[in-house]
Amino acid sequence: MEEVELVDHYLYTKDHEWVEIDGETATVGITEYAQASLGDITFIELPSIDDEVEQFGDFASVESVKAASDIFAPVSGSVAEVNTELEEEPGLINKSCYEKGWIAKIAIADIEEKNSLMTADEYQNFLVSSG
Amino acid sequence: MSITEQNLLRTPLYNAHVALNARMVPFGGWEMPVQYEGILTEYEHTRNGAAVFDISHMGEFIVEGDLKESSLDKIVTMRLDDLPVKSSRYGCICNEDGGVIDDCIIFRLEERKWFVVVNGATIDKDAAHFQKHLTDKAVFTNVSMDLGKIDIQGPQSRDALMHLVPEIKSLEYFKFDYFTLCDEENILISRTGYTGELGFEIFFPWDKTEKLWQKLLNNDTVKPAGLGARDILRLEAGYSLYGHELNDQLSPLESGLSRFVDLDKDFIGRDYLLKQRQEGLPQKIVGFISESRRSPRAEQKILSENEEEIGWVTSGCFSPQLGKGIGLGMVKTDFAKRDTKIFFGADKTKVPAIISSRIFYKSESIKS
Repeated sequence: MEEVELVDHYLYTKDHEWVEIDGETATVGITEYAQASLGDITFIELPSIDDEVEQFGDFASVESVKAASDIFAPVSGSVAEVNTELEEEPGLINKSCYEKGWIAKIAIADIEEKNSLMTADEYQNFLVSSG
Repeated sequence: MSITEQNLLRTPLYNAHVALNARMVPFGGWEMPVQYEGILTEYEHTRNGAAVFDISHMGEFIVEGDLKESSLDKIVTMRLDDLPVKSSRYGCICNEDGGVIDDCIIFRLEERKWFVVVNGATIDKDAAHFQKHLTDKAVFTNVSMDLGKIDIQGPQSRDALMHLVPEIKSLEYFKFDYFTLCDEENILISRTGYTGELGFEIFFPWDKTEKLWQKLLNNDTVKPAGLGARDILRLEAGYSLYGHELNDQLSPLESGLSRFVDLDKDFIGRDYLLKQRQEGLPQKIVGFISESRRSPRAEQKILSENEEEIGWVTSGCFSPQLGKGIGLGMVKTDFAKRDTKIFFGADKTKVPAIISSRIFYKSESIKS
């Protein structure tokens, strides 16, 4: 499969979420591969502030013109902030999945969990091997 | 017939779709483009400009013979005896039990010659039904694999098509005529469509269809659109899709097509429909609008305000016009009233919605 656009310093999950870890905060979104597969996103159900989430547990959901899909938390913690702009304009995820289309920030409970995530290179290889 | 990925049928435009990087999907036994650039972009282009759709998978039959003597009149639900030549009419083909075998458009080519357009997934079933019920006074020909079909739809479709066929200008809604197009003579062009916009359907020789496709796309205002956009367009316009709003277990009355059923004439399934009309319909198709951007999906449940199960979603999508989810659903008649509050969803989700007209969007262009 073709190379997809990735951000080098982000970490990735097998379910096609990305996470940017900055100290004790993890900003979470979905990858270029995920947004392209979903197609135009028309709805997002965001988590609530202070929701406790578990690593790889579902914490948000999206609907696109093609399908509905759950989004899983890359790390455990509590939801600190959500991107409310997406409620009015979920298509931001299609337009800018790594920046303006971020979904939520999680206050990280256990920084060691990042070891079970993939680097950009590892994720790229994962896409190639599974695609 | 069971269909596997290995024996999907391809339209004459398959290579053209692949060249345009279309995403191809199985659809009713055919390998069809679901999108090119993106579903919403293609949707917007159809509502505001002009888009071309490959509809070559649809089936076409020619029936030669007198309407009554051939028994064609008994096979379809709509009135045909008053249909003028060069006009077309929409209706259903019913089984003895009043269920819908297919929906179709019939074109009156001549006083005693008819052109029947049916769905791609049901060609074999429909052809067998016609051959079984037509009398020996009819000559039946299945020309489905001889004719490709391109629909050009959108408020600018007439201007775009006039570049190739200036005479198209005066063609009226649900009328058709024959034109010379791309050096081919006697091409049937009909002013009909499935998007709710001004539009034309072009029937073209199968092996020359790609030439027409390229010619139409040479115009900068014309873009290709796939089945994904087509489904949103038809749903906003309130049109039925066979296999969703219509099937052989549901009567056309339940499916909300009574104005395409002439109960004053004799046709297969009529007795059942008369009985159903007399006794009252147990269920009906309704339109409904989600209170949010959350969209219904086919086969989800519909619940009443008291969370009693009252039906199912037959089609659903996000409506760009309304900025909300919209759907069609089959519900118990007691609940089929405008402004009734309902819920749709699967086990986990329960989304509030309101029953509405099934026509979610009316274009100014369609009859212009």
